[in-house]
Amino acid sequence: MGSVKKKKRQEQSVGDALISVAIYVFYAAFAFICVYPFYYIFINTISNNDLSQKGMIIFLPHGIHFENYVKAVKIPGLLNAAFISVSRTLIGTILTTISTAFLGYMFTREHLWHRKFWYRFVIVTMYFNAGIIPWFLTMRNLHLTNNFWGYILPTIVSPFYIILAKTFVESIPKELQQAAEIDGAGTMTLFYRVILPVIKPILATVAIFAAVAQWNAFQDTLLLMTDNKLYSLQFILYQYINQASSLKQLVNSSSGSAVAQSIATVQTATSIRMTVTIIVVAPILLIYPIFQRYFVRGIMIGAVKG
Amino acid sequence: MNLFRNKKKLRSFKEFLYILPFILLVGVFSYYPLYGWMYAFFDYRPPQPLTMSNFVGLKWFQSLVSNPVKTKQIMSVMVNTLVMSGITVGTSWLPMFFAIFLNEIKCVPFRKAVQTVTTVPNFISWVLVYSVAFNIFNNTGVVNHVMVAWGILDEPVQFLQKSDHVWITQWLWLTWKNLGWAAIMYIAAITGIDEQMFEAAKVDGATRMQRIHYITIPSILPTYFVLLMLAIASFLTNGMEQYYVFQNAFNKEHIQVLDLYVFNLAMGSGSYSVATALSILKSMISLILLTIANGISKLVRGESFL
Repeated sequence: MGSVKKKKRQEQSVGDALISVAIYVFYAAFAFICVYPFYYIFINTISNNDLSQKGMIIFLPHGIHFENYVKAVKIPGLLNAAFISVSRTLIGTILTTISTAFLGYMFTREHLWHRKFWYRFVIVTMYFNAGIIPWFLTMRNLHLTNNFWGYILPTIVSPFYIILAKTFVESIPKELQQAAEIDGAGTMTLFYRVILPVIKPILATVAIFAAVAQWNAFQDTLLLMTDNKLYSLQFILYQYINQASSLKQLVNSSSGSAVAQSIATVQTATSIRMTVTIIVVAPILLIYPIFQRYFVRGIMIGAVKG
Repeated sequence: MNLFRNKKKLRSFKEFLYILPFILLVGVFSYYPLYGWMYAFFDYRPPQPLTMSNFVGLKWFQSLVSNPVKTKQIMSVMVNTLVMSGITVGTSWLPMFFAIFLNEIKCVPFRKAVQTVTTVPNFISWVLVYSVAFNIFNNTGVVNHVMVAWGILDEPVQFLQKSDHVWITQWLWLTWKNLGWAAIMYIAAITGIDEQMFEAAKVDGATRMQRIHYITIPSILPTYFVLLMLAIASFLTNGMEQYYVFQNAFNKEHIQVLDLYVFNLAMGSGSYSVATALSILKSMISLILLTIANGISKLVRGESFL
């Protein structure tokens, strides 16, 4: 009797151990396919370009050099696109964060004129929109095509972030606001002095979400911009993937005599494609580990609110 | 008393004036495009303005069903849309199980590392996903290199230019990008489960699978339900960015989902009016789906998710 029980328990623990091993293997494998592509592209950009073009660089870099990054500035349009991407990310993030903080606070003001209606007016746009073509035609009528503000203005009021901020403001003890109001603080003073310092954590979350969204945006360039001075990094990366071979001549011919260049560092279609990819993805990969907790908090508050 | 009430009213209206600029922004960028639906009822040929175009009534809506070429195209687009959304909804339980089994990992640093690494792809743009795909799967990419070296392939294959299995490969890219991030919501839900329930079950001799079956899954099912309803509500909305960047002459037949088709119709062939007509139909159906999903939610859980 006792031995049967023992045997059963043993079987169970063997089965358990097998499941554990399977779980570890699965997650390690999935983690690998999430990381390896970035690592692979990176080691190729710092390796001997000839080997890289032949697909020989797989696990370790060979013939390390940084020419690809030095020469990247010669890729036509890249510097300008970087400027556009950085500008839209900075300006867009600042304006979106300010408007989110303010609206998140204002929609908790009980006496705001028709508060519920205006709140719904904003939130409904999350679920219902006219579609991208009517949106594009509207943007064109407003002269926001081939206009830098076409990147910024439509993103300033963002319902999802407002829900996050409003939920956060609601969690602040009411006494804090009441005390300040008794001391004679008006709507704006209350916002500056009382609310803003307290909601900083959620604003950090919103700012990071907004910055990532601005940096990653591609569709708006595709729809609105035909002037190549307004192309973003994402957009020219997409172009480069499809036309890297014609670019390589431009980059190489402008860098003096081709004779002086060794085959290891001369630009190839592969090297240009991969270098630009790393340049575009680097900001995300660098900020991600630092700000991960903010992202997670954002989605958790969002989840509570459904 | 009367004066006091007026003063209060004045303040509530003043507060409204503070948010008015933001309300106007929402009006212009989310509601005003609805006016763009007009284009569906005119014979609009740019650069001629709408005011100079002829009113054609429902001609464009009729052409969707009466023009055999267009009808055939739309049928194939609808098949793509429904199949790809169907696969996504059919596998929507994956993130839940990803979270459940991740939670079974007892080694905390490993678990944290997996969680961090698998959420990264969610924060890169579709252009970058495409760039990763291109660099890894093109002629000289690592996949072809390894497969040829191991004798699985005789010569390199242009994986991204194949028209077979487009639905599955697109789903795989979507899963690669989203799985880790989608799991975070469930991880949060699991963290919220009372630890004592697990302890009690352990004392009663419940196995790991029994604990998952009887405690974890029932606790996080409500979260799954809400997300499933949202997925159903957006059944026709696959977004166009993913399919736009991956589309090429070879896979176009299977990759064109509704959103991409509308975009290609307008921006590719200049058929703004037909594209708008399709947009309108899509918005209407989406609204119906949202209402149905919300209704189901009310019926099953007694609360709406809007």
